Amino acid sequence: MCGIVGLFLKQPKLEPELGAMLSDMLAVMSDRGPDSAGFAVYGDGARGRVKLTVSGANEAVLREAVAELGRAVGEDLPATFRDTYAVISLPALKEQQARSSIAARMDISFVGAGKRMELYKEVGLPQRVAQRFGLVRMEGSHGIGHTRMATESAVTTRGAHPFSTGLDQCLVHNGSLSNHNGVRRVLQREGMTFETENDTEVAAGYLSWKIREGASLKEALTQSLADLDGFYTFVVGTESGFAVLRDPISCKPAVMAETDDYVAFGSEYRALAMLPGVDKAHLFEPRPATVYAWERG
Amino acid sequence: MSNVDLGKAPLRELNAMLHALAPATNETHWIVTNPGGKHAIACGVDAPVTIDIEGHVGYYCGGMNKRATILVSGNAGVGVAENMMSGEVRVRGDASQAAGATGCGGLLVIDGNASARCGISMKGIDIVVKGSIGPMSAFMAQAGNLVVLGDAGEALGDSIYEARLFVRGNVASLGADCIEKEMSAEDKSILRSVLKRADLADSVSPNDFTMFGSARRLYHFHIDNVDAY
Repeated sequence: MCGIVGLFLKQPKLEPELGAMLSDMLAVMSDRGPDSAGFAVYGDGARGRVKLTVSGANEAVLREAVAELGRAVGEDLPATFRDTYAVISLPALKEQQARSSIAARMDISFVGAGKRMELYKEVGLPQRVAQRFGLVRMEGSHGIGHTRMATESAVTTRGAHPFSTGLDQCLVHNGSLSNHNGVRRVLQREGMTFETENDTEVAAGYLSWKIREGASLKEALTQSLADLDGFYTFVVGTESGFAVLRDPISCKPAVMAETDDYVAFGSEYRALAMLPGVDKAHLFEPRPATVYAWERG
Repeated sequence: MSNVDLGKAPLRELNAMLHALAPATNETHWIVTNPGGKHAIACGVDAPVTIDIEGHVGYYCGGMNKRATILVSGNAGVGVAENMMSGEVRVRGDASQAAGATGCGGLLVIDGNASARCGISMKGIDIVVKGSIGPMSAFMAQAGNLVVLGDAGEALGDSIYEARLFVRGNVASLGADCIEKEMSAEDKSILRSVLKRADLADSVSPNDFTMFGSARRLYHFHIDNVDAY
């Protein structure tokens, strides 16, 4: 069992509240996943720049690493430090160089990259994880979160969701895939790389591969119905998009609320019960094997 | 009349009070506010009382119900009225998966739609869904009646034993060993009585339904299959 939540704002007016709303949703889902938690938030982006999310033992280690990274790319890099995580802003052209430098270091790990996406995950109770990273004060247009009750791999930070395998792309998953080893081998032949043995990372990698090959998020998810086997409810974020897919027998629970202001996803209605205007929202269960996708222009 | 605000009172307190009701209790009308999608609200009640729940409920609301009438003004989560023995559960909104699962008796009425596996393994319960039902409904159904005013999803009645499935709209597909059946006078009278209990006798005609049931090829021994044993 795991809990997943997602929130996609259709209007800018609630953007300052995004983190607070997502934080409440995540805390309620502690009952479904007390082992670890994670979330991705799509906030501000700057033209021509990329945000790299990295993790390390503590802030001092991260500050030292960011300074050194700045020397490597030849400019001071603005960064936000939150507990064991740092989000570094750098010119898009320097992304590959910076990622190689990060990969060469033993004291920090690459977590995700995007024009707008920031991604945090840690072991521990979801509420505590949200507090550590100050989710309640984060702003943005959409975000997704996950509370994990581990079944397929160990309780580690690297095994926590969301998984990000492409720029601004991330995915959370409730369920378990049965053919992930085979799919991983196919994707590795296509040049995709994986950080863990986790089944969910394969689903994320599959979508990133399809998008790389020219598919839209909706098309990639539709094709995953034929290629991924197992139980899943996926919630996926991209730079401007948000999507939901359940397996053909809808093994895992899902409920959604839509208003003029937002689309919200929860594993259970309890996770949506505190959202503003939810009593008047259109409440529905996503149908099995049906892709639901929203895009903000 | 007893009022319980689940925004303030713990759910266990409410359920403990309901479980403590004597058979001849005078506290026959309960109002529950702010259910907030909580799980197992009014589960295991065994008293002839009416419980009005104002809002959306989570999983297993009214599970194992005996004799009580439970009214949900909003939507219900997974397994509403699961394993009901008698009494009534009525949901004004939609119901999630496995509504009325394994129910042995009583009446479950859903005004909206029910999603996947409605009436799975039903064992004597009567279920009326005014909207449509999702895929794999009445899977391994054993007894009782499932009445659907709208449509039914894929694999209706897969591996069904002896329940009656009445559908007024379209059926996406039938599951293994589930077939359309001729409605006898007795079947029609049973349907009429279920519709009456759901207060639909005047607005819905039994003649508009198609009945489905078991072809009985799956659960009877057949000599052609002897090699499989």
